[in-house]
Amino acid sequence: MTMPFYASAEQIMRDRSDFARKNVARGRGVIALKVADGVLFVAENPSSTLRKLSEIYDRIGFAAAGRYNEYENLRVAGVRYAELIGYSNSRRDVSGRAIANAYAQTLGSIFTEQQKPYEVEICVGEVGARADSDQLFRLTYDGSIYDEPDFAVMGGQSDAIAATLRENYRPGMALGEAVQAAVHALANSGADQPRQLASTQLEVAVLERDRAKRAFRRLRGEALESLLPASDAGQQTSEPSGD
Amino acid sequence: MAFEQGLPGRFSAPFTAIGSSSFVDFLSAAAPDLLPGRRPLPPGSAEGLAPHGTTIIALNFADGVLMAGDRRATMGNLIAQRNVEKVNAADDYSLIGYAGTAGIAVEMVRLFQVELEHYERLNGTPLTLDGKANRLAAMVRGNLGLAMQGLAAIPLFAGYDLDAESGQAGRIFSYDPAGAFHEETGYDGVGSGSLFAKGTLKKRWRAGLSRDEAVTMAVDALYDAADEDSATGGPDVSRQIFPTVFLVTAEGTERVEDASVAAVADAVIAERRNNPGGVS
Repeated sequence: MTMPFYASAEQIMRDRSDFARKNVARGRGVIALKVADGVLFVAENPSSTLRKLSEIYDRIGFAAAGRYNEYENLRVAGVRYAELIGYSNSRRDVSGRAIANAYAQTLGSIFTEQQKPYEVEICVGEVGARADSDQLFRLTYDGSIYDEPDFAVMGGQSDAIAATLRENYRPGMALGEAVQAAVHALANSGADQPRQLASTQLEVAVLERDRAKRAFRRLRGEALESLLPASDAGQQTSEPSGD
Repeated sequence: MAFEQGLPGRFSAPFTAIGSSSFVDFLSAAAPDLLPGRRPLPPGSAEGLAPHGTTIIALNFADGVLMAGDRRATMGNLIAQRNVEKVNAADDYSLIGYAGTAGIAVEMVRLFQVELEHYERLNGTPLTLDGKANRLAAMVRGNLGLAMQGLAAIPLFAGYDLDAESGQAGRIFSYDPAGAFHEETGYDGVGSGSLFAKGTLKKRWRAGLSRDEAVTMAVDALYDAADEDSATGGPDVSRQIFPTVFLVTAEGTERVEDASVAAVADAVIAERRNNPGGVS
């Protein structure tokens, strides 16, 4: 009678973690940060249709890095969950914390129960009535959840991007300033630095406190270029600038 | 509730199911008890049990389409509410009004609003105007059982079609209790007083009305409805309650301010002082 190979729980979990972490790190960087007027999301994403940033509910946004089909599945589940609570109770009863919690439970059980964990890292941002009630939750492939006080960085080179962003970040930044700091961090971190990121290579969205009902707004085209530093907006090139 | 079953906090199967971007489809899997058409009905007629809303009209004008409704809800011969809002924005480019049992209609309108928003959130793009009209038809049809027991609720739907040529973008759709819908030309109305309001519109509506002309015509038509139908409320000067008037144009939906509707209503009343039939 054959016996199955024994692998310790620790080994299995470590293998799954390594697998997920490695694959998430292959993607491009995504940043979510608290700014004066709400929550800003900036992602490096050359596609204008396959989104990394999206709206979950009136005051709640979603950002993700990693495998598209998996985070898209989570996004849809989050929208359905939010709409269900909003429809059966009241729109004000939908909270970012509840959605982040459901994501944590879901990712955690997938991580322990399934053959393969989700290769994703996601962020749930919520804009409150005042700046001190804005919230930013970062979730990793194993269901770990982090309440980020300032900003969250996901995807490839996340440590390097976070270090660059930390130098320029301060609480209560204006929107334009924050977009520049985030784009600077994405363009100046990692191996092939520094690069120029044109507006077409960026996906930028913001949850604006002052917007009446649905706070989520995408910044595209003119609106985005006016916020980028002149040199970044002017050069439509993805080539690393020869330094 | 059904959707809270399963592992605590974790998304159950309907949440992660792939395919449909309809909120109604999702509800039918995750929480069917929240869907209007799924509740078991006791036998018998429920007519006269709950308040009814009455007259809604819609008409095209140069920049888009207008929808207006009186503010009264009745229960038999009694006035149940004087300040009901029976016209609402369904989304950024469409309007929905209702006549019939208020409780049923309010739920239908809320579900329809969530349905449109849900589609837009999931797909990143809104439904086409025809798609919206069709979704609403399915909801009306789902209410057929209740309608047979005397709890009918009939919507009137109007929107600005972003895909249409300018000048033809304002479109109006009417429904019957079985869920058939028709696109109307120029104007339409629903509810007990709509016969009289449509009479006014029939004689006076023409293509290319200005915004102000359209608002005046709508208030005038509702005045005629209130004049003949006891279930339709006229302008209530003592309480300062005036018809709800919404517009939808290329800029989106807009509620005409109470103050401007009040001014138009005052003018209509003044005009009728020695001329109860109004000026033709």
